[in-house]
Amino acid sequence: MLISKNDLPVLLDRILGEYEVYAPVKEHGKVEFKKISSGTQVCLQYSNSQKPPKGILFPQSEKMFCYETVQDGVRVDEICDCSKKVIWGIRPCDAKSFTILDDAFKNEQYRDPYYYKRRENTVIVGFGCNRPGATCFCTSVNSGPFDTAGSDVFLTELEDKYYVEGITEKGKEFIARYQLPDGSPDTSRIKESAVVASKVNLDGLKEKLDVNFYDEIWDSLWEKCIGCAACTYLCPTCHCFDIVEEAEGGKGCRVRNWDACMFPLFTLHGSGHNPRPSGKERVRQRIMHKFKYFQDKFQQTACVGCGRCIKNCPVNLDIRILLDAIQQRESGEGC
Amino acid sequence: MGNPYLPMPMRLEKNFIETEDKNIRTFTLSFINKEDEQNFKYLPGQFAEVFAFGKGESPFGIASSPTEPGILKFSVMKVGKVTTALHQTPEGAVIGVRGPLGNSYPMEELKGKNLVVIGGGFAFTTLRSTITYILDPKNRGDYGNLTVIYGARNSGLLLYKEELAQWEKRSDITMVATVDRGDENWKGKVGFVPAMTKETAPSAENTYAVVCGPPIMIKFTLPVLEELGFPPERIIMALENRMKCGIGMCGRCNVGNKFVCKDGPVFTLAQLKTMPNEY
Repeated sequence: MLISKNDLPVLLDRILGEYEVYAPVKEHGKVEFKKISSGTQVCLQYSNSQKPPKGILFPQSEKMFCYETVQDGVRVDEICDCSKKVIWGIRPCDAKSFTILDDAFKNEQYRDPYYYKRRENTVIVGFGCNRPGATCFCTSVNSGPFDTAGSDVFLTELEDKYYVEGITEKGKEFIARYQLPDGSPDTSRIKESAVVASKVNLDGLKEKLDVNFYDEIWDSLWEKCIGCAACTYLCPTCHCFDIVEEAEGGKGCRVRNWDACMFPLFTLHGSGHNPRPSGKERVRQRIMHKFKYFQDKFQQTACVGCGRCIKNCPVNLDIRILLDAIQQRESGEGC
Repeated sequence: MGNPYLPMPMRLEKNFIETEDKNIRTFTLSFINKEDEQNFKYLPGQFAEVFAFGKGESPFGIASSPTEPGILKFSVMKVGKVTTALHQTPEGAVIGVRGPLGNSYPMEELKGKNLVVIGGGFAFTTLRSTITYILDPKNRGDYGNLTVIYGARNSGLLLYKEELAQWEKRSDITMVATVDRGDENWKGKVGFVPAMTKETAPSAENTYAVVCGPPIMIKFTLPVLEELGFPPERIIMALENRMKCGIGMCGRCNVGNKFVCKDGPVFTLAQLKTMPNEY
């Protein structure tokens, strides 16, 4: 199906009648995913948003439940965000990140009700990248500028219109309701010209990480890191969180906030012992988690190659260079 | 599936000062809702998140045994905000509990086997659960010889003193309580746990060992067990790491690709040998 660029604001206004719509909006020179109130707010001329849109399904800070101790017990009020949402125009790397979060937020025993409630009520509209950025390396992590993984609907930008494809059943049902004009244009030329120049060789990396936990390479790889955790906060797949109380007396709320493995307090025991006492262990954890532990468990890499950690690191610690350095080291050396 | 983050209300029946230094208290909690009690099916070795309303929650091994119906026990050392709040909670007040969480000691696999329980200091809570469980008349016949070696720095720091005394009198358990330094009140053994293990020399034949204690105790006890012929597959340990969610989501307690909260806290020494040392 097709939608002309001029008609897009009107279509979004129709969608807004039924859904909360989150879309890229330009403010102060930066593009962020925001809840919009009108289709004209949307800016689809962008490379990628400063922050990943993961916060729409996994907010940076969210109340889990509130409580009050009363005469003969305690009253607990569960909080549920049950609104129907559309995330419009998210890049394939960020759409794919939701397939990774899907794995992270469930296991054989439990399912995170807050994430999954939102996930189930959300339609994800992915948006192909005609001009990938300089720090993008999605093609190195089993993805690419037109990867539809994680998208329910997928948009490809043509000269004056967007080609709209339903990917999942949910996505097909969603677009059917808006009766867009039919059409299946040839997008091969656009796809061919979208070149992701930056590459990381991940062949054999997992096998190296399987055996190099005690390798000397970790002694130096982390040295530049100042432990600010910008990489983890801006990572679309990082999903660690802290649980805190916002309460006075016996009344308050249980709140969860994004947390990061780059912080020393993340693992500090009550006794004062810390199993990851320095940046060395914490940087190793970040690499190991994304490229080994997550793969061990879910057979996919917990990195989508969006490049935000590279772009935003205040000391230019580049994950591509870290991975190359690990790759270039002979396995077993210095163990 | 219910919301695994929601606590169930329990009543603090008893807030008992467990050790002479008053740093450890044992809380006995009763279920307020009948259905919560029915749903709370656990085995020795599991833990729960205990929630002081308004202050926060922390994970603790369950010190009671499933053979003690209607209650849960936790022994808690005062180390921070939540544990201080729990220590100050008056009897009769409501406390939140989430659980049971994590895996347990392999009580099924241990059937028909002898068991050596080795504990040091504060790390005796889930061991109390295990011993109480095995000594229950309904279960005692399922397990072989039970040997317990338990030490603390001094007699005032031993947990569950009344029960230790009762166990010493029984014929279906070999109870060795020891202290690092004796005093005028202490009539029992004096010596470190590894030395007492060597002296007691339990046979490794058809036997499992459960070892919980401070790292230094574990470091010197494992070679003794090895010498006695215990293979790593039959040495069982429990890990602790900082936790928040307790259900394998929040990401902080991992050791390699395992979460202590969900895949543990109980691991065999054989398993630990394949995992990085981040605990």
